[in-house]
Amino acid sequence: MSDVTPRSVYLDYAATTPVDPRVVEVMLPFLTERFGNPNSLYALGRDGYRALEAARESFAANIGAANPAEVIFTGAGTEGDNAAVLGIARAGRARGKGDHVIVSSFEHHAILEPAHHLATEGFEVTELRPREDGIVHADDLRAVLRESTVLVSVMHANNELGTVQPIKELAAATHQVGGYFHTDAIQALGKVEWDAVDNGVDAASFSAHKIYGPKGVGALYLKRGTPFDVFMTGGGQESKKRSGTQNVAGATAIAKALDLMLAERATEGPRLEALRDRVIDGVLKMPHTALNGGRDVPRLPGTANLSINGVEGEAMLLRLDNLGIAVSTGSACSSGSLEPSHVLLSIGLKPEIAHGSLRVTVGRYTSDSDVDYLLEKLPPIVDLLRAMSPVYAKMFGASA
Amino acid sequence: MLYSDKVMDHFNNPRNVGVIDDADGVGEVGNPVCGDVMKITIKVDDTDHITDLKFQTLGCGAAIATSSIVTELAKGMTIQDAVAITKKQVAEELGGLPPAKMHCSVLATDGLKVAVDDFLVKHGRAPIAGKILSEDPNFDPHGEEEEPAAADTAAAADACHLHE
Repeated sequence: MSDVTPRSVYLDYAATTPVDPRVVEVMLPFLTERFGNPNSLYALGRDGYRALEAARESFAANIGAANPAEVIFTGAGTEGDNAAVLGIARAGRARGKGDHVIVSSFEHHAILEPAHHLATEGFEVTELRPREDGIVHADDLRAVLRESTVLVSVMHANNELGTVQPIKELAAATHQVGGYFHTDAIQALGKVEWDAVDNGVDAASFSAHKIYGPKGVGALYLKRGTPFDVFMTGGGQESKKRSGTQNVAGATAIAKALDLMLAERATEGPRLEALRDRVIDGVLKMPHTALNGGRDVPRLPGTANLSINGVEGEAMLLRLDNLGIAVSTGSACSSGSLEPSHVLLSIGLKPEIAHGSLRVTVGRYTSDSDVDYLLEKLPPIVDLLRAMSPVYAKMFGASA
Repeated sequence: MLYSDKVMDHFNNPRNVGVIDDADGVGEVGNPVCGDVMKITIKVDDTDHITDLKFQTLGCGAAIATSSIVTELAKGMTIQDAVAITKKQVAEELGGLPPAKMHCSVLATDGLKVAVDDFLVKHGRAPIAGKILSEDPNFDPHGEEEEPAAADTAAAADACHLHE
């Protein structure tokens, strides 16, 4: 029995993306005939080495790094986040820079968990809240920065809301107290203007599978001179910053994937924005709905996060799944915990509202008719679930 | 986390949805803050048998499925038998529930218990359901069941109940 229904509408591009066939094409030879270990001296190894370094140069140029050596290939976005938070904070403190760390409270768990771990090592960790608009404001950061702040990590674009953070300003504020600034740029990569030097960040993490590359491949930008305690030790690959035989196919893939994102952004960005806005406007036609995060703040082109009051997100997700539609929700029940999304709570949503959130993310293979299909199928599901609720009328009135 | 076919069947085709307007007993349990609320209305005949019952639930797939199966199980039972339905029985009837969802079966059995007690108290009789688990701030949704995620989920449940 197959779980795949006849019509399949994927609207969860922020969760992951299919690998673009053009990316598959460039990576395949490195899985088969060009399989050499890039650290081997013979011809097969040198071939792998050259491909790896070509990928590094391409990726580095595309993110505006001053030097290709500032790019380290990793095994996941989460690895880059962990390595940066732990590595910079520990090495910075060892250099005498203090033990205060600031992360925004709506970071991905890949940042929050290592930050909590630092607290067990004697670091003082401040969780900085974004405002209701889904933005971490530089003024709010300045208010919590100290002379002892060694590291600030604020994501470039929030994964649930799609709001884009003013990282250039945040990095500049951090540098005023002599701290280092890291950004989790996993959702933003290839979708918004990005230049490491211009943004002034000291470190940034990236992932391939959000940009039509394979899972299990990431990159970490580490500006030269940034303190860094090595996360993975062993054979000393990646300039001794990340041991482990390099994934040549993966590196080639993330470089190609970013190339394609940038080459197509001028046309793809506006197309996705139009689809996203159709989703937002269509959902907002239903009563007791709201867009989460400010509408007029900088946003990713493909991400919409909406509250559908009086509905529990998992039930909505499962009903949509029955019709072949894949979306995401911040409801507690979908996560396996009993607390709803920490991101939605951080921007001030009440738990009973956060349980009814819907994240729709459109991407490269989303068509107008996919959005039509969602907007046709969603309202009856919402009506049905609201009619089944013992508290909808009480909480939100009977105007639906 | 995967739901059994039976859970999905009861989620997609819930039995006995609605409200009995002239109900003999009403039970409402849960809290929107925690994401699930269940209301159950029952009709009871002269011999203490539940002749009809309907439910409304705000909640996830498991919350809706457990509510649905409880109404199916309890129909035709005496009120004494109905309040004896356990969360374990509910979960087993559904072909199992993911560990993090066990509290849903408590919600469903509690809703039924509260409705039965409501019926009894309205008729000047003593309540029989005993402790309403989900209304206890120290309620552990896993009880005696040994589940790997039990501690975390229980902690989260406690945190959630503190909002009340």
